[in-house]
Amino acid sequence: MSRKLTFVILSALVVGSLLLTACQPQTVTVTVVQTVPVKETVPVVITPTPGPSPVVYPRNETLYTSGKQWGPPTSWNPLTGGDIAMGVVGLCHETLFIYDPLKNEFIPWLAESGKWVSDNVYEVKIRQGIQWQDGQPLTAKDVVFSFEVRKITGASFSYIWDWLEKVEAVDDYTVRFTFKDPRYQEWGYVLYSLAIVAQHVWEGVPEADVPTTPGVPPTCSGAYVYETHSEDRMVWKRNENWWGTKLLGLSVGPKYIVDIVNPSNNVALGLFLKGEMDLSNNFLPGIATLVEGGYGVKTWYDDPPYMLSANTAFLFMNTKKKPMDDPAFRKAMAYAINVDEIVTKVYGNIVQKANPTGLLPVWEQYVDQAVVDELGFSYNPDQAKRILDQAGYKDVDGDGFREAPDGSKIELKVIVPFGWTDWMESIKVIANGAQAVGINLQPDFPDFPSYWEMVPGGTFDMAINNFGSNLSSTPWTFYNWVFYHPIQDTMFSGNFGRYENEEVFGLVDQLDRVPVEDIEGMKAVMSQIQRIQLTEMPAIPLWYNGLWAQWNETYWTNWPSAAEGAPKYLPCTWNGYFNMTAILMLTELKPAQ
Amino acid sequence: MSRYLGRKLLIYLLTFFLAVTIDWLIPRLMPGDPINVMISRLGPRNPQEVQLLREYYLKIFALDVPMWQQYINFWKSVFRGDLGRSTLFFPRPVLDIIKASVPYDILLLLPAILLSWFAGNNFGALAARRRWLDNTVLPLGYILTATPYMWLALLLAWALGIVAGIFPIAGAYSFDLRPHLSWRFIQDLLLHWFLPFLSLFMVMFGGWAIGMRNMIIYELEADYSRYLEALGAPQGLIRRYAFRNALLPQITGLALQLGTIVAGAVATEVVFAYPGIGNLIVQAIQNQDYFLIQGCFLFIILGVLLANLLIDIAYVIVDPRTRLGMTGEAA
Repeated sequence: MSRKLTFVILSALVVGSLLLTACQPQTVTVTVVQTVPVKETVPVVITPTPGPSPVVYPRNETLYTSGKQWGPPTSWNPLTGGDIAMGVVGLCHETLFIYDPLKNEFIPWLAESGKWVSDNVYEVKIRQGIQWQDGQPLTAKDVVFSFEVRKITGASFSYIWDWLEKVEAVDDYTVRFTFKDPRYQEWGYVLYSLAIVAQHVWEGVPEADVPTTPGVPPTCSGAYVYETHSEDRMVWKRNENWWGTKLLGLSVGPKYIVDIVNPSNNVALGLFLKGEMDLSNNFLPGIATLVEGGYGVKTWYDDPPYMLSANTAFLFMNTKKKPMDDPAFRKAMAYAINVDEIVTKVYGNIVQKANPTGLLPVWEQYVDQAVVDELGFSYNPDQAKRILDQAGYKDVDGDGFREAPDGSKIELKVIVPFGWTDWMESIKVIANGAQAVGINLQPDFPDFPSYWEMVPGGTFDMAINNFGSNLSSTPWTFYNWVFYHPIQDTMFSGNFGRYENEEVFGLVDQLDRVPVEDIEGMKAVMSQIQRIQLTEMPAIPLWYNGLWAQWNETYWTNWPSAAEGAPKYLPCTWNGYFNMTAILMLTELKPAQ
Repeated sequence: MSRYLGRKLLIYLLTFFLAVTIDWLIPRLMPGDPINVMISRLGPRNPQEVQLLREYYLKIFALDVPMWQQYINFWKSVFRGDLGRSTLFFPRPVLDIIKASVPYDILLLLPAILLSWFAGNNFGALAARRRWLDNTVLPLGYILTATPYMWLALLLAWALGIVAGIFPIAGAYSFDLRPHLSWRFIQDLLLHWFLPFLSLFMVMFGGWAIGMRNMIIYELEADYSRYLEALGAPQGLIRRYAFRNALLPQITGLALQLGTIVAGAVATEVVFAYPGIGNLIVQAIQNQDYFLIQGCFLFIILGVLLANLLIDIAYVIVDPRTRLGMTGEAA
């Protein structure tokens, strides 16, 4: 019976190895994760009760979020051109200003004030009394350094040096920017987006390493400091010595913020419904039914469209190919698409139909209604057919689809990346609409890498895209994307249809140089752009993608929303949104008892 | 013996070279460009910045040189133990990312494979002897082994996670914990580990049980069993011989399974958002991260080859016929 014995031993070994593996990797992780922050938390001796870092975050002091991280957090370096972890800019590193899109207002942040002292000189006063987490003061020198360091190839914002001439510290708290070519609109964007870093930390880093170092742990000036991270989360801890408390009378509610790396939809929804997640900035299909169904799920609006709008989805048409080179054909396409059906059937009303200009609701004041009334479009298949008939697109061979005026067949494809289910359904609606007016348009779903080769490469017929139409302080970012120029071999940054029109390109450049306060001047330029846009229809604005945000009030209350008396800040943890007032949302959150 | 192993080793080296070459080539034949994907993930950026970044990254990843040069560079760095940086998780080195994930795979797969093998074989052998067990276990085994991993995983997550609320449905440990050595943490870790483990265990168990049951029945019908029976040998002895013979293919199977230990649970890990290599591979492929795909598959190739080599050696020990074959050949 020795064989029985071997099996017993074998099974004992199995169990043993099981236990070993259960413990071993974890002891490893402990050393890895803990040694890193401990180094940096040592200098934070200013903390009244230092105490060891806790290992369990109390539920009523912790905010759980999700939506920004599509993979493990990998970089805490705000100077890298690459992706950075949730909150690196906004929670930890701060900007000179923050921008409130709902009020179209720049709020001084690290800066006390800033103004144009002449046409090409901008002066910023830095607040006195701001400290880095290691106790060093934040001064004009750090600000100058934060701009100078962008000259390094591969650093983010390096392009500003095309139009910025020099940055100097006038005194400890005054910085003067001199411009070669003052681009007022773009500068506004830089003021609330470019992170100020600590000179004493970064000057020691070799230049070549600046864009690639992970920079962990970061040295923060903001309301939160780095606590820890792992493959599936990023954890921030409240900075008890944050300058904002002293200088602005603000304090942030949650002691810890745990940002969860986006899991699959089923997991995200599961975590959210179990109350393990407080704020989800994911696109969750069917969320409207949960809002209506009394699951305790809250959104910005109680009714459709539930969400604020974050960007505009466009249908780009390749103007270098026939028949999309014909404005009449493009215009007919605009009339053939039933966007309302996409809004209701595909999205369940959580998005809104776009204005014919594509401008986001926050930019409503810039829409020239007279131009829209004259040239705008809406779903009207008969009108589409009329336009096509007039332009000579007729079904010659009797197959039910129209041929081009020269008699050649029209066979077109509209693409979106495979797996983007909402977009996949949308282009089915679009293709149906086109077929109904006699255009042979078929939906196609290449995987993302090939989609993203075809779209910038100009080898597609039609495609949906929204990558650059995001909310910002200036509609110039929007137009610079729709009409990006010059036309190059690969177009990564918009104008995917390669629409060429020097007049509109000139207007976009002109808009960039209109002062931010000159609303009327902006309107004048934009009205001309809109006229060309609606006449030529280089791309069709479809719907506004939502600023996906759903939360529950089990542990945290006083969320911003459209409700009366509620704070009016953007409830969003995506990159770039903390400095668009989401940081102020954190100052409003209150623990539920 | 040494000639046998030498020849095997040569074949393995050749296979390794070819497999790694394919591993290098295939991602590059996919349409698309990892740098474009990488930049597209950054969100809204200034167009000028995009151009500058693209040039910078092409240089950083040495993708601006001809393909043959990239291939040579690749082998050079492999021998230096450098798998490059990931484009998806830039700027982390691939080796670093894999190292962080591998413990979870081993934690999940080693117990699942070994326990299911052990339990499945014993159950299968038992089933071959007992009619009532055969009638109940066999259909169950067929159902289990035919079940797609992710379907069973989803079912378990729904039943035990959402409905019963006993087990967590995602992650390797709770989001309110930080890894440390305490009972609370180990308990939490095991709680998160259990559902992925169970789903893997059940499917594998079915496969092993059926295999063993069929093998035993086959062996009991073999000539040597009949001969032993005719000689009047006790049933227990015959079964023991049958079991030993039936075990051989199962050992091969086990070794092959162990070879996939770093990546054998892709679907399960995705369903439970378990941070192992399986999850990595899916993300790497979706984002065309050449370097991470190469790295992950390099480990798989190494694992499978190593496992095969071990089988070859183990067979010499376990199966006397291999030994005899070798001496016969040498003579």
